[in-house]
Amino acid sequence: MDTEILARIQFAFTIAFHYIYPPLSIGIGLIMVIMEGLYLKTGNKHYEILTRFWLKIFAITFGIGVATGIIMEFEFGTNWAVYSRYVGDIFGSALAAEGLFAFGLESAFLGILIFGWNRVSPKVHFISTIGVFLGSMFSAVWIVVANSWQQTPAGYHIVGEGFNARAEVTDFWAMVFNPSSVDRIIHVWQGAFLAGAFLVLSVHAYYLLKGRYIEISKKAFKIALGLATIISLTQLLSGHSSADGVAVNQPAKLAAMEGHYEKSAPADLYLFGWVNDETQEVTGLKLPGGLSFLVHQDFDEPITGLNSFPKEDRPGQVNAVFQFYHIMISIGMFLIGLTLYASYLWWRGTLFDKKWLLKIFAFSVLLPQIANQVGWFAAEMGRQPWIVYGHLRTNEGFSQEVSSNQILFSLILFLVVYSILFLLFLYSVNKKIKHGPYDEAKNPDEFLKYV
Amino acid sequence: METFLGIDYPTLWYLVVGLLFSGYAILEGFDYGAGSWHLFFRKDLSRRIAINAIGPLWDANQVWLIIGGGALFAGFPVMYATMLSAMYIPFMLFLMLLVLRSAAIKFRSAETMLWWRKTWDIIYFVSNTLISFLLGVVLANLLQGFEIGENYSYKGGMFFSFLNPYAIMVGLTTVSLFMTQGAIFLLLKTEGRLHARLTFLLKKGMIFFIVSFSLTSMYTLIFLPGVTDKFKEFPVFFVLPILAFLAVANVPRLVSKKKYGNALIFSSLTMAFLLMLVAFQLYPVFLPSTIDPEYSVTIYNAASSQKSLGIMLTIVLIGAPLLAGYFLFLYKTFHGKVKLDDTSY
Repeated sequence: MDTEILARIQFAFTIAFHYIYPPLSIGIGLIMVIMEGLYLKTGNKHYEILTRFWLKIFAITFGIGVATGIIMEFEFGTNWAVYSRYVGDIFGSALAAEGLFAFGLESAFLGILIFGWNRVSPKVHFISTIGVFLGSMFSAVWIVVANSWQQTPAGYHIVGEGFNARAEVTDFWAMVFNPSSVDRIIHVWQGAFLAGAFLVLSVHAYYLLKGRYIEISKKAFKIALGLATIISLTQLLSGHSSADGVAVNQPAKLAAMEGHYEKSAPADLYLFGWVNDETQEVTGLKLPGGLSFLVHQDFDEPITGLNSFPKEDRPGQVNAVFQFYHIMISIGMFLIGLTLYASYLWWRGTLFDKKWLLKIFAFSVLLPQIANQVGWFAAEMGRQPWIVYGHLRTNEGFSQEVSSNQILFSLILFLVVYSILFLLFLYSVNKKIKHGPYDEAKNPDEFLKYV
Repeated sequence: METFLGIDYPTLWYLVVGLLFSGYAILEGFDYGAGSWHLFFRKDLSRRIAINAIGPLWDANQVWLIIGGGALFAGFPVMYATMLSAMYIPFMLFLMLLVLRSAAIKFRSAETMLWWRKTWDIIYFVSNTLISFLLGVVLANLLQGFEIGENYSYKGGMFFSFLNPYAIMVGLTTVSLFMTQGAIFLLLKTEGRLHARLTFLLKKGMIFFIVSFSLTSMYTLIFLPGVTDKFKEFPVFFVLPILAFLAVANVPRLVSKKKYGNALIFSSLTMAFLLMLVAFQLYPVFLPSTIDPEYSVTIYNAASSQKSLGIMLTIVLIGAPLLAGYFLFLYKTFHGKVKLDDTSY
């Protein structure tokens, strides 16, 4: 295989693996802030037990997130040297801000959060929890800003020619608030909150089904359900706003997401389907003119199709973009239905009576994770063939002097190490869940005397 | 070119990057160094205490690498891209070892089975030691220069050319320096028999350092032409190696007086002076080309735009005091001897 393909596979693999963890950390972080806040406010020990329990799972998740994240930071230089030289002036300042403002905050307070229970007062501990949570939110901001700039560059000019060409900042705030960054930051945060909330829902649904830790599980379930309901609903709004932005700024990507080829015609909205890139046809269930309606509030308004772009300027994998995008939407819709129904039962006072519903929640932990992954795949594959939209192509961005054998070597190394890491993660989280928040032989108040 | 206090922006950013990597070397130096002593402790409890000595700190210390890497990318994208892609294999190994090391810290004490802990102990020891070694190797390669051609393209060997004799010597020196630093840090954090054993081990560590450092220095003076040119030009910088020597000479005295905190400061100063020496020696070149000095990567042809550097210097001015505050608070919270409790690793 050639260097470009291997470099892309390695990047996709390492970033997809990395992206399992930070969203979980952000989501669990928010839930810990709520739990610990409730503990400080009410003095109810149940919330302390919950905070301590989720902190253990948070610690593992966060640790793997940091370890796999460092690799990403240096992989730009090792595998994408041309790209790094091209965007360093812009991308770099976001990365520097991320390191200083976000990672500094979260890593310093992490030690106090995890090891400081017996060394600082409850209030200072709570501040540390908030510090770590805010730090993780900030780090999402800067990395999404950098990625959004690649999608919709702004606040820059191109200096130099040929090999020496590069983008330079002309307006820092225009670069930070480029056309897509705000929508995408909010959307990414929401995805992260859902990842965390559904892990909490899943674990406590499991306990409720097993008849363990019933009282505290009900409390935790309600916290997470409240959050998941609000977020899954509002994520629809940020998603819509984001798609509107794509329609304006990256028309080829929008067209690929719905498999829309005709140069200028009303575009349909598919519930599901299959794109044949050869015949330029989509088979599936559709709402005719639906995409036109979503973008222009008019079923007959034309939308720019893929054929408006030369073959070399449009995404190579239209069907993949289409599928990833639709899986994300379907999961989002399902989560809205699920959380709304559960909230309705909560209001009726019968939330915990339906075993089948708890079973669905126990398994639903995977859904936000899948949606987060495929959402990014749609966003990144939809940007192709560009690495910086409209300026630098992916096949020009990789390190020219690195050989395919070197990448193959590191790719195999990553596959081995990450597989082990993933198994360890599953094993230790599973063990912590099975072991539970406290020793069931004692009642929770007694347990707290010993910690 | 814009200046601040009479210093141009690329030079200022060179100082920022240097400061960040010095911070990384000093702080992670004692973390990695402590890890390199791991198999010298025989009892399981001692090994647990040693890991928990760095327990609440290592994640924060590692941030210096993350910020340093970000600062290099941001301020000198050409340097970042050229160095990392030219030294692909050592950096990939380095990154992979960082992951394994994190896993070892997190998972080592999670199970009680003997085989489990022994396996992680070995992984922990090997990863820490090789990480230190590879850092030295990278430094040595920077000093020797790279086969860089036109347009910053690397013409050198792909797999093992980075492992030359000089690189191995500097690698070993780095391991020994970190081990000295690590032993002093552990003396600060432990008590009882483990403490007594560390007093003994520190002496071995210092001998290891002095021997490898002297050999490396001699090799440098004999085989690396041009190293002394800068000193002939600016004799005042002779003060740096002298200061480094005085700082390290002060360590045994402070240790025998049981002033471990001060000893740690002086061994950190040794590291700082040595890195300043390297920084001074290279400036304004970053990556000397062995093909033609014209092709070298310097802080001027590698730098981001004036505008961008200005923005980042502002970011640093705002961020650095915050970072310093977090670190003071963290180190203050966890000062004193290690006490294991239910939150420990």
